[in-house]
Amino acid sequence: MSERVRVNPIACEAHGMCAELLPERITLDEWGYPIVDEQPLPKALLEHARRAAQACPTFALLVQRDRDGTRR
Amino acid sequence: MNPAQSLPADAKGQLEAAPAGLPRLLAEIPQQGSMSLREHVEVHGEVPRFERRRREEAPLIGRLERSGLRGRGGAGFPAAAKLRAVASARGRAVVVVNIAEGEPASMKDRTLAQALPHLVLDGAELAAEAVGADELIVCVCESAPASVDGVAGALEERFASSRPRPRAQLLPVPGTYVAGQESALVNFVGGGPALPTFTPPRPFEAGVRKRPTLVSNAETLAHIALIARHGSGWFRELGTPSDPGSALVTLSGPVAQPGVYEIEYGSSLRSLIDAAGGTTAGVSGALIGGYAGTWISASLLGGIALSDEHLAAHGASVGAGVVLLLSEAACPVAETARAARWLADESSRQCGPCVHGLDALARTIEDVSLPDAPGKTGQRLAELASLVRRRGACGHPDGAAAFVLSAVRAFAEEFADHAQHGACDACTRPAELPLPEHVRVYRAGEREAAGVRRLTRARS
Repeated sequence: MSERVRVNPIACEAHGMCAELLPERITLDEWGYPIVDEQPLPKALLEHARRAAQACPTFALLVQRDRDGTRR
Repeated sequence: MNPAQSLPADAKGQLEAAPAGLPRLLAEIPQQGSMSLREHVEVHGEVPRFERRRREEAPLIGRLERSGLRGRGGAGFPAAAKLRAVASARGRAVVVVNIAEGEPASMKDRTLAQALPHLVLDGAELAAEAVGADELIVCVCESAPASVDGVAGALEERFASSRPRPRAQLLPVPGTYVAGQESALVNFVGGGPALPTFTPPRPFEAGVRKRPTLVSNAETLAHIALIARHGSGWFRELGTPSDPGSALVTLSGPVAQPGVYEIEYGSSLRSLIDAAGGTTAGVSGALIGGYAGTWISASLLGGIALSDEHLAAHGASVGAGVVLLLSEAACPVAETARAARWLADESSRQCGPCVHGLDALARTIEDVSLPDAPGKTGQRLAELASLVRRRGACGHPDGAAAFVLSAVRAFAEEFADHAQHGACDACTRPAELPLPEHVRVYRAGEREAAGVRRLTRARS
């Protein structure tokens, strides 16, 4: 079972905290919205990912466990 | 199953010809108004009843699987898999009939709702029975009053008959482009705005009132009504192994008789145009699949067959069955610019990449013929397309990007010409592509001066 970061694009307001806290998985586009690499998170990044999710002012960043093998 | 089995004797003659070919859905379509329930039963026969054992899957689902029917709302998802997902989700299901048809170049669903509502409602009731739903919600585009009336009249007729039926309600929905998107429709039915929501949960898991919800296109349900009567083998008598059956297409542009046609999957575009009385002007290209679809240039049109298998080589799919021809007199660059701006305006303004990305895509096209436009339009468009794809809550940005990129590919010469020499004479011609309202193309500077297109955050 692996975990991934995902962004809720409706909730996201481009504060950009996530890219500061999880640059290994998240970069910002030219408008400041996160481009998220949804590859499974290695153990070493898991804690950072959770911290980034907690830091998001609109709770738009999610750390999700795979649901029956599908990503979306 | 013998298709004529359940028919009254006097209707058999009509049906004997039907399995051989076309039309299927459009058989005996009335020139005006709606086909009554009595006429409908005369043409197609009663809805068969399926014996079903408790705790076993409804036999209709297996039949749909064998038929190979795929959804006709645009995405082409296998109908059986969708029904199965709803049927196996926990809780009493709901069926939402999708006749929102926000695609401006498509008329097929509103035509079915207006003229042949009982075919759609038969399919809806059969699907409801198969997924264990006790409620139908029929969502019809409010800008198509004749279709709303068609469904309303049909529901009244059906409830006057003695057959037990699921509860049904008719809900007019806004005519915006994204209103027919699955989650937007569920959102609207639940009392919210007709805007897409973040998924999961998908409607089949938790849709209307958190119940498992089948959202199904009107044409898909109409096919289900006939597959239930005649069987999967009959359905496969037309079409190709991977794209079985017939399909409704809306043909528009410079043809003698534009309108809704029923075609066999895999038949040639040429035969469709011939059926419409041929072209009335030279054609520079065709838009297949609507404003989320793909442009194909005139040089390729002679060899086009209308099946997803064939169109995949052109990066296209039949989608919701839109075939729109562009005349040679029109300027493809100006037409694409108008449509791209319209697509940007139709963004539900919820997701940042869609709000900003579609505006930037439209602006890049609008500016292509400006003297100071950067020469790297193609590269910029590709970059923007990759910035919007898969980054919205719904597929709208993906569709808009595909539309713009395919236009630049199909009309490469015209785009290069505009980049080099500026606007052409045809740029100022009246719009040819059908769009719900006239969309102004802003020249650089004008846009900012007018104080428009200053986009703010998706939500403030």
